[in-house]
Amino acid sequence: MNQREVIIIGSGPAGLSAAGILLRAGAHVAMFERSPLIGGQLIKQTHKFFGSQKQYAKTRGYDIAKKLYRDIEAYQDHFELHLEATVVAIYPDRVISVYRQGVYQKYQAQAIIIATGASERLLSFPNNDLPGIYGAGAVQTLMNLYGVLPGKNAVMVGSGNIGLIVSYQMMQAGVNVKAVLEAAPNIGGYKVHASKLRRLGVPIMTQTTVKRAIGMTAIEAIETIRLDEKWQPIEDTETTIPIDTLCISVGLTPMHQLLSMAGAEMRYISELGGCVPHMSSAHETSIRNIFACGDVTGIEEASSAIVEGQFIGLIVSERLGYALEGYHLLKHECTTELGILRCGPFGEKIRLGQQKLKGGSSCSND
Amino acid sequence: MKAFYVMILALKVVNHVRIHKHPILDFPEKKVIHFTFNGQPQIGHEGDTIASALHALGFKELSKSIHHKRARGFYCAIGNCGSCHMRVNHVSNIKTCITPLEEGMIVELEEGLGRIT
Repeated sequence: MNQREVIIIGSGPAGLSAAGILLRAGAHVAMFERSPLIGGQLIKQTHKFFGSQKQYAKTRGYDIAKKLYRDIEAYQDHFELHLEATVVAIYPDRVISVYRQGVYQKYQAQAIIIATGASERLLSFPNNDLPGIYGAGAVQTLMNLYGVLPGKNAVMVGSGNIGLIVSYQMMQAGVNVKAVLEAAPNIGGYKVHASKLRRLGVPIMTQTTVKRAIGMTAIEAIETIRLDEKWQPIEDTETTIPIDTLCISVGLTPMHQLLSMAGAEMRYISELGGCVPHMSSAHETSIRNIFACGDVTGIEEASSAIVEGQFIGLIVSERLGYALEGYHLLKHECTTELGILRCGPFGEKIRLGQQKLKGGSSCSND
Repeated sequence: MKAFYVMILALKVVNHVRIHKHPILDFPEKKVIHFTFNGQPQIGHEGDTIASALHALGFKELSKSIHHKRARGFYCAIGNCGSCHMRVNHVSNIKTCITPLEEGMIVELEEGLGRIT
């Protein structure tokens, strides 16, 4: 068994920020990342972030990843990075099993931080498994990381921020986005993103959804249908749109599997995106010295994941006996920033979700 | 008339292409990587995953559903969903969307459950 001081699972905004603080405090950190690249989903985000200067506003996602990694680079002798290394099992005594290129290895740590992020939801309709139907994030990865176009003609399902941003990025890359569909009566994301699309002539069709996909070995068209105010399909409102790419952007769900496997107490909170860990105010799960931060604790923006990561980094550094200079001030700053990020109408869902998490019903382990 | 068919063919070829001009990102020319897909020699680029290389070549079908043998492509591209599982260098169930493409790789479609060897 390999012994480590702190293990962080996931190298996205939450994991990287936690590592930055822990390394600064003097701890030894081992980070495990499933992908060949560090930075989680930040590395495919070409748009500039909103928010305050502190949360890297006006900076593009991939540049934020670089900045977060730069904070870590200075501590190379304390930092161990495992890429293409998937954590496939975790046990309550803080043991993990890691799979890398055909080899399994076991590690035990004094503290584990789970920052596994989220996965994209799928929408249910006939033929939704045809090649050419992707999560919006998958298309972003394909274009912005690998420089490959998903196809020529696309439709986006979902007008939340991800749906709007990825539609715009498809247009930037040269894909013809024929429409954005939204089942609700209103556009879900920020007006600024919707306006950018409208200026390019992309129609955003509210109260409209996919009835079915058409094609044999790849998608060739979709049939859309209008919905009434009770979300019921209206007969004879079907329209066929020929496309080779359909993007699904109907939300994310926390990657809770490792937390569930460890036996942490979980809750199902729809406002937070699904199964999330019940945690103390210090973000410690029901298992001592196993912590969680970022989207795995509830779907939010990357800005919140960064601050949460810093907060957990502080908590864990203190737990391990490190006295980081300015600890109390930093901790106070994190709490204040999270409060600011979650205020306003777009933070309403997360505030409600967190309220429910304190008393919500138990999650079945399936 | 002949020219018309040539045009149609050309359109088919550029159906899945690499991005060359982009307002924010640079995609410089990269080293070519040779591999085979179902026994046929193919070319990808350095920095590709197996799935991105296949997609750029126009191969969207990466696996088949186990019971109904329906065509499946990747859905998430980040290693979550498992619909890009292929046989790579004779090893089953490789997540091709997060596996970097390497020179000489043998990539094959897999029917049914992967074989453990």
